[in-house]
Amino acid sequence: MSWEIVIGLETHAQLSTASKMFSGASTAFGALANTQASAVDMALPGVLPVANKGAVERAIRFGLAIGATINRRSVFARKNYFYPDLPKGYQISQYELPIVQGGEIPIVSPTRGEIVIRLTRAHLEEDAGKSLHEDFHGMSGIDLNRAGTPLLEIVTEPEIRSAEEAVAYAKKLHQIVTWYDICDGNMQEGSFRCDANVSVRRPGAPLGTRCEIKNLNSFRFMEKAIQFEVKRQIEILEDGGRIVQETRLYDPDRDETRSMRTKEEAHDYRYFPDPDLLPLVVKEEWIEKVRDELPESPFEQKKKLIAYEIPVEKAEQLTSTRNSSTFAIATLMGAPKERAPVLANWILGPLAAMLNEERLDIAQSKVSSDQLRDLSERVADGTVSSTVAASVVLPALWQQEGSVDAIIEKRGLKQISDSGAIEKIVDEVLAANARQVEDYRAGKDKAFNSLVGQVMKATKGKANPAQANEILKRKLAR
Amino acid sequence: MLNSSLKELSSALASKKISSVELTKTFLERITALNGRLNAFITVDPEKSLVQARAADARIAQGRAAPLTGVPVAHKDIFVARDWLTTCGSKILSNFVSPYDAHLIERFNAAGAVILGKTNMDEFAMGSSSESSFYGPVKNPWNTDCVPGGSSGGSAAAVAARMAPAATGTDTGGSIRQPAALSGICGLKPTYGLVSRYGMVAFASSLDQGGPFAKSAEDLAMLLDVMAGFDERDSTSIERDAEDYARDLDEPLSGLRVGVPKEHFGEGLAPDVGKAVEEALAQLEKLGAKRVPVELRNSGLSVPAYYVIAPAEASSNLSRFDGVRYGYRAKDYTDLADMYRRTRAEGFGAEVRRRILIGTYVLSHGYYDAYYLKAQKVRRLIANDFTEAFKRCDVVVGPTAPTVAFRLGAKTSDPVQMYLNDIYTIPANLAGLPAASIPCGFGAGGLPVGLHLVGNYFAEARLLNLAHQYQKATDWHRREPRGLQ
Repeated sequence: MSWEIVIGLETHAQLSTASKMFSGASTAFGALANTQASAVDMALPGVLPVANKGAVERAIRFGLAIGATINRRSVFARKNYFYPDLPKGYQISQYELPIVQGGEIPIVSPTRGEIVIRLTRAHLEEDAGKSLHEDFHGMSGIDLNRAGTPLLEIVTEPEIRSAEEAVAYAKKLHQIVTWYDICDGNMQEGSFRCDANVSVRRPGAPLGTRCEIKNLNSFRFMEKAIQFEVKRQIEILEDGGRIVQETRLYDPDRDETRSMRTKEEAHDYRYFPDPDLLPLVVKEEWIEKVRDELPESPFEQKKKLIAYEIPVEKAEQLTSTRNSSTFAIATLMGAPKERAPVLANWILGPLAAMLNEERLDIAQSKVSSDQLRDLSERVADGTVSSTVAASVVLPALWQQEGSVDAIIEKRGLKQISDSGAIEKIVDEVLAANARQVEDYRAGKDKAFNSLVGQVMKATKGKANPAQANEILKRKLAR
Repeated sequence: MLNSSLKELSSALASKKISSVELTKTFLERITALNGRLNAFITVDPEKSLVQARAADARIAQGRAAPLTGVPVAHKDIFVARDWLTTCGSKILSNFVSPYDAHLIERFNAAGAVILGKTNMDEFAMGSSSESSFYGPVKNPWNTDCVPGGSSGGSAAAVAARMAPAATGTDTGGSIRQPAALSGICGLKPTYGLVSRYGMVAFASSLDQGGPFAKSAEDLAMLLDVMAGFDERDSTSIERDAEDYARDLDEPLSGLRVGVPKEHFGEGLAPDVGKAVEEALAQLEKLGAKRVPVELRNSGLSVPAYYVIAPAEASSNLSRFDGVRYGYRAKDYTDLADMYRRTRAEGFGAEVRRRILIGTYVLSHGYYDAYYLKAQKVRRLIANDFTEAFKRCDVVVGPTAPTVAFRLGAKTSDPVQMYLNDIYTIPANLAGLPAASIPCGFGAGGLPVGLHLVGNYFAEARLLNLAHQYQKATDWHRREPRGLQ
């Protein structure tokens, strides 16, 4: 009998605000320990929290982007527990009334095709500080720079059915939160962290006992951790054992999950509404304003690209981030439709490679949309071949050597379309490669390609490839 | 000068009859003379006070004086003040020097007032007698064998004993009004949200409210003018236009409807207190006010509801005192949990520990609905009672406390008896209403009795008007304790 896998994901997306959830301190990453902790973050006696409007607005943006309900009234609650990196002895979160409820994320499942993952809720909360256990002999250090950083905790319904679907969901969610400038998405810095609740059951049976896996800070680890956990649970159950509800930590070095604490050790957090903060009331006008300012969705932009006859997969790649999509659309929209495919290929191919090489975002591209379009013009009018365009002109543009025309001129890249000149070169090539000519005539088609290559080499790639082909064929046919 | 009103001090300073330095020294000397017996102050720092006094004198000389410029004011040790020790009456904060000023301190500093010292109080404002302080009990200036009331007992005793012309306090369940009553002075708890809680060490956030102590209603108005005001750092602070709280002082009381709740005159009210309050009501009628009966039907539930809500909030608010970042930390411990346990067991006194335990219990899984949620519902009922009452009257009047000051130690072993001291004051906190206590006579042992006034939201000016008119016709507020020196 088969097993059904049941997964629910909880994602903590750090909101991209300049200041913290309830204080004015900076949220910038990597500062010297405790230099970005204000009196409020340190929980000095007498300090009070004030909710960050920018964080609330990002939560609204998220809710609107995924078609969720924005609760007009939500409540901040205190989650009480003691830990040295939790300065107040409680975390301010939302419990009974979150700001965002419902909504759905469309994904493509490798087994189930196009499906949606429904969300339970998304709520605002603050992060804790960091405990540094290794740096101080016999003691622990506390860095409160992260304390109070705004987070949006995004919770799915338990309807993800495989590790692969979990990854597809997490990637899609990542695209959405970065697209709408809700979160910078930096997983290395912990801006986007996932926990997975995993259980297995026989199809149709009630939900099995779940384990929560923490610390899935890359898509690859998420996939491996869930796969390991599913296997672990199935093995226990098939051996007649019982799953213990617990929190487990994924260890990427050993590729396994380890128990952190069981349910019996779980805290009673004693949630209650935070009396320092009034209920969060979001007025209709605010929601409408945020809705009006919402950028076009990745889905809409993908449709636009597909309308330009860009294949679905490439359209998906081009819209993977908002900057990429903005760049692609700006490039394609100004060009005749038939040039869209080559432009898309340049963006995804040579341009992406150069950006990657210098670790730049496409927004910092050294080649502009206009230049790409100019170049496509020169390919279309036969000035340069598409090979030369991609392999020579594009890198030259990247090196800031000048405009498309100036580069073609300076480097002498103009395509040879004078059939007399090409014929002369073809004659020379045929004379110098008697063996290939013989092979070709003996029926070895491969030899033809080699001869084309020789012609291109002799012209430094400048011969019009269609013309060179045609002349070569004509001469060989004699 | 010791008996002068704030108005008199203000004009003496403005006309340079006295300098702020001289005035401050006068009160500092009085503190030196009496604090050994009364224990009203935890911290006095003459040098710091005199720096401010000199600055005030310079400001007066430049003609830039505000009404309170140069006037020394004592602050309850619950308000943090930069570079001042701020203990909240607790061992756990016995070494805490604040790096920042409370909003209220900023306001007084901006007005040019002088910080005269930090006054003693029940630990974390939990108490009605000022006996639970780590720094020892405060004594009542009228009889040093008695308590001054609490939790702001140090501030009340300081004003009563003329060690300070005015003082600040906080009131969560009666902590300004009850000590004002027991110490024979005036105290006002403003509408919740009128005075910022920023920099006021939190006890029960939804109830805590700062307010003034003084000898007269007129003085209270001057102090409130400085203290009240929106503060964006406190999300519960109310944004509204500034008021002149003295504007209605001279309005006659004719036609004013005084609501008398029978629930505050029943069992538990000492006859001597009842008699003084009745006489005060008669005096108000003589001044033209109309007496109307009102009902506060759920008043009897206020103490139990309060002792769920306040400890619940306190149990969470006091979690930050964990020995990790500041304050007292136990000397010997084996691990983190042990450090927490020992620090908090050694750092908090018995009453604070009791309330943390109660609060933790009522918020626990499975008890939350039965206690915390139920108490919140009761709270709404109590607020509704007042809404109904204010349809029939302008001010609710009754006794502030059921008895006059009791002897030190009389109730320390019986917390419920101690809690019942606040039976008449707690409802105003639960409803968030402004309320005041003013002296209205003397009861057993020649100890003062307080008259309790509750107004509708933001009706501080009306309460002060009633109090001022009463004080123009009587002299209870001018009486002072004898034989202190």
